[in-house]
Amino acid sequence: MASEEPIIRLRNVGKKFATANGTVVALEDINLDIQKGEIFGIIGLSGAGKSTLVRCINMLETPTAGEVIFEGEDLAVQNNRQKRMARRSMGMIFQQFNLLAQRNVLRNVCFPLEIAGVSRQEGKKRAMELLELVGLADRSGAYPAQLSGGQKQRVAIARALATNPKVILCDEATSALDPNTTKSILALLKEINKNLGVTVIVITHEMSVIEAICDRVAIIDQSHIAEIGTVAEIFSEPKSKIGRQLILGDAVNQVSFSDSRQIRIIFDGRESTEPVISNLVLACKVPVNIMYAATRDIKGKAMGQMIIQLPEDEADGQRVLNYLKTVKIPFEEVDKDAI
Amino acid sequence: MQFDAVTAELLKTAVWETFYMVALSSFLAYVIGLPLGIILVVTDNGGIYPIPWLQKALGLVINLLRSVPFLILLFIVLPLSKIVIGTRIGSPAIVIPLTIAAAPYIARVVESSFREIDPGVIEAAQSMGASVWQIIWKVLLPESKPSLLLGGALAVTTILSYSAMAGFTGGGGLGAVAINYGYYRYEPGLMWIAVVLLVVMVQIIQEAGNWMSKKGDKRIR
Repeated sequence: MASEEPIIRLRNVGKKFATANGTVVALEDINLDIQKGEIFGIIGLSGAGKSTLVRCINMLETPTAGEVIFEGEDLAVQNNRQKRMARRSMGMIFQQFNLLAQRNVLRNVCFPLEIAGVSRQEGKKRAMELLELVGLADRSGAYPAQLSGGQKQRVAIARALATNPKVILCDEATSALDPNTTKSILALLKEINKNLGVTVIVITHEMSVIEAICDRVAIIDQSHIAEIGTVAEIFSEPKSKIGRQLILGDAVNQVSFSDSRQIRIIFDGRESTEPVISNLVLACKVPVNIMYAATRDIKGKAMGQMIIQLPEDEADGQRVLNYLKTVKIPFEEVDKDAI
Repeated sequence: MQFDAVTAELLKTAVWETFYMVALSSFLAYVIGLPLGIILVVTDNGGIYPIPWLQKALGLVINLLRSVPFLILLFIVLPLSKIVIGTRIGSPAIVIPLTIAAAPYIARVVESSFREIDPGVIEAAQSMGASVWQIIWKVLLPESKPSLLLGGALAVTTILSYSAMAGFTGGGGLGAVAINYGYYRYEPGLMWIAVVLLVVMVQIIQEAGNWMSKKGDKRIR
């Protein structure tokens, strides 16, 4: 795969926007090779520039620097007509689906074919095949307002595939969907990639999406690419700060304990199999600092006491106390010097 | 006031004249105003074919025309009717000032209908390689149809109320009956009948617009 010419190659791509408050750099010095047939993820926090990046690939945004090479041709120097032609080889799906509200499902899928000048009859035939593929053939006469979010995205995928594109660009395609629907849409994208050989580029802010379907991933942060690699590499050893943050979550952020409140938790015969502290941390989503512990298992009952330090943030600390109250674990606040 | 065959004939003619004036000027005003509305949206900054200077200039002209009170516009434009149609009195002469007054209004109504369209849908069309014309024909116009129809009812009722003013300058229609018979000749009965007929016409146009807009809208089901 690596020996083949990449289907999309970005060379030093930059994009600046002129705004009323001066120039804003959305992208700078982006270099990427996307191989034919892979599922490539681009992840970043909102505002990192990933939406601009995907729009530079299909020239919805014209880069202010660099080259966007699609199948060996630099799109950035092409005229509008050539760009439109190139776009027909790249389908795009969106977070908000962007279906035509006044057209039914079938005519939505026919839409790109009409634009490409395919005859009405041929277009209908092709659209029905695609609706079959995404599992919505029975809803061909429905209007978008009558569909669920997942169904709308399926229609959008069928529409994006209508002109037999070589690439599908997914701009936060699952961000408006619930977890189960997200799973099924990702499965569909993977299936399309496998069966039709379509290269898929996925833009997302959710690491779970990358983990679920991508082969390789680029992490983008503050207009730059922070790192690129296979999903396995990046997950096992994120090198950039943003990579660690995206993969390990907020735990990387040090929670301050410098001089905060301490409480004594009393174990007076609860089931010793109950992981009290782990449950507390998972439920409150804040770490606690264990200062002292003396517990033992007496015939399956936990006995003893433990002193933990609460996070410095007042609200976080209160959450821990509320949790302890809810699960009825006795506790008392202790004077720091009196331990 | 006597309500006899002559009065009935007078009102019948007036209703027809009003209908004819309003229908013809609405049609002509849309022929001018609809493309102007399209240009206002398409050439705007961030539109699908930005030409900011054209957009600004057009906006300025439209605002200028819209700020002239209709009665004043009538007096200014009637000499033009004399040149084009050969007369400055009667219903046909009023069609020209009505069209000139209504076209910029319609341009704004059409513009606001187009602006209701989700920009994401336009972007989707662009991502498929749609040209500017294809976006206008296949996205802007069909997607805003319900809103355009409501705007149409608004525009036509406005033209109807303008047309009634034409009675002051020798134009025809129900407005002329209300002014000439009711006001100048102190026949309030006839004036009220003319006014009621105008109200009925407005009701019919508005209801028809609402009905068509709702019936054609696929967003609500």
